[in-house]
Amino acid sequence: MAGEKRVCLSGMGVTKIFGFGRTRTVAVDHVDFKFHEGEVVSIVGESGSGKTTLAKILLGLINPTEGEIYFQGQKRDIRTHRKKQEYWKNIQAIFQDPFSSYNIFRKIDSVLMDCIHMRGGRWLPHAKKVEMMAEACRFVNLKFEELTNKYPFELSGGQMQRLMIARIFLLKPKILLADEPTSMIDACSRATILDYLMDLRNAIGMTLIFITHDIGLAYYVSDTVYIMERGRFVEYGSADEVILRPKQAYTRRLISDVPKIYEEWDLSTV
Amino acid sequence: MGQAVLEVNDLTTKYITRFREDIYAVDHVSLRVEEGKTLGIAGESGCGKSTLALSLMGYYFPPLHYVSGEIILNGRKITGMKPDEIRKTALGTEIAYIPQAAMNALNPTQKVINFIEDVILAHNPTQDKKDIYELARASFEVLGLPASVLHKYPVELSGGMKQRTVIAVSVILRPTVLIADEPSSALDVTSQKMVIKMLKGLMENGFIKAMIFITHELPLLYNVADDIMVMYAGQIVEKATAKQAVFDPLHPYSKGLMGSIIVPESGLRSVKLTAIPGAPPNLKKPPAGCRFAERCKYVQPECKVTYVPLYDAGNGRAYRCILSEKTLREAYQHGW
Repeated sequence: MAGEKRVCLSGMGVTKIFGFGRTRTVAVDHVDFKFHEGEVVSIVGESGSGKTTLAKILLGLINPTEGEIYFQGQKRDIRTHRKKQEYWKNIQAIFQDPFSSYNIFRKIDSVLMDCIHMRGGRWLPHAKKVEMMAEACRFVNLKFEELTNKYPFELSGGQMQRLMIARIFLLKPKILLADEPTSMIDACSRATILDYLMDLRNAIGMTLIFITHDIGLAYYVSDTVYIMERGRFVEYGSADEVILRPKQAYTRRLISDVPKIYEEWDLSTV
Repeated sequence: MGQAVLEVNDLTTKYITRFREDIYAVDHVSLRVEEGKTLGIAGESGCGKSTLALSLMGYYFPPLHYVSGEIILNGRKITGMKPDEIRKTALGTEIAYIPQAAMNALNPTQKVINFIEDVILAHNPTQDKKDIYELARASFEVLGLPASVLHKYPVELSGGMKQRTVIAVSVILRPTVLIADEPSSALDVTSQKMVIKMLKGLMENGFIKAMIFITHELPLLYNVADDIMVMYAGQIVEKATAKQAVFDPLHPYSKGLMGSIIVPESGLRSVKLTAIPGAPPNLKKPPAGCRFAERCKYVQPECKVTYVPLYDAGNGRAYRCILSEKTLREAYQHGW
């Protein structure tokens, strides 16, 4: 299935080294990857395995020490700010902590308005902009009339995270990178957030990259799973293959660390 | 039935807001924790889990206020005692609490051992510092923490290690009951497992006699708790054993919660996760009838007007719904 689809984002030997001398840390160690269009990919690893560093490299927030990233077959070029902005029209992110994802001094309207402006809607009539914002809010089951003129701190965590998804709905990027999008909200809203992300993927056909430590979540949402250990991909393949028939000891350990309900949870292995 | 170490009858506590409005965050809650048992409390954010945990300690400070009901800890009624007396005689020695952000509970300017000295000296000002060190070292050894942690500052420890240190400190005075409020929610799965292993070890090693475990992660709760209590909008909506609560929930809210379980097991991908629509009611003006009625799939006209009590279904099981057990089970199996 994946073979027929076009490659959207790929990397060859991507490496990031922090510090030098005694403090030299290899955070991401020569990783190769190919993410296809419309695919849901998960990158799974424990804390400190380099997941977030890789995410930052993909977003262009930090530069890799070595290696190349190709976006839609072309070598990615983000050397100037203008080019970076152009690139960010195609790739967007949702972060772990919804409380620190917003500028606390700006109202919610302006958050959504910026998205419309970024997609070239600056000169649209105001009524049209309001309609677009209302539509985006409806998509994630929020009411725009209740949100307008409010500040982000007036919302709950789940609402903020949903508003983040509304932002993505307006921006319609090619790739969405979700860095632990559900780890700060409770299990009940988690299902809702995942549902909206999946609906959004179906609605605008983007590639979804999940970065998570929860292998259960990765198994539930993704087509392809990459397991990351100390900056390297130790195992990857389709979700069923990796989770149900893991080859690496590290993958098996990650799976055994998650509490389960149908099998005995073995606590003796830590 | 074992001996109850903590018994709570009809406890009600409220928050008084800046605008003098009353919010009843814990509403007529009764529970019983037996020696050697772990009671799990489940529910979504804002349903009163953490407030219940705070209320159970009997130590109230504004904006939280005591309204009615009684708490019996180790056969001693602690409601009605002076706050100072509770702090001196019950907190830490009989009931201990691990807060949600336990990682921030350590003092960043003190070494762990100095922090422990402060904790112990607050209860026994004459204790010798050498004895305290020996006690701390011995406890840490039993709990599987390296003694070197004692001489470190909190910033030198990893998140999982900080959490385990906080747990070790909170049980150093051998409390009877430990309340763990989301002790692992900010950790990754590997550290979570270590924390859980340690918590389970506390009871085996005689540090504590009973535990109350609060979380929204149901698979975790299922593995830790003996009994599960589901809370919604300040009320208990279901009481059952862990197995019953996960595999045979009665209340529609519990059923909804169980529908959002994610585990890496082969059946998962074929099930569609079900989310409960809507948000919990505003407790400033709680609905007259069933508090879950607004979001319930199986809602009846009378649900919204009549108060629903907690029905006893026998064998320690209880649920708060006007529908009968049989109707509910059939509805879950065959649809409504």
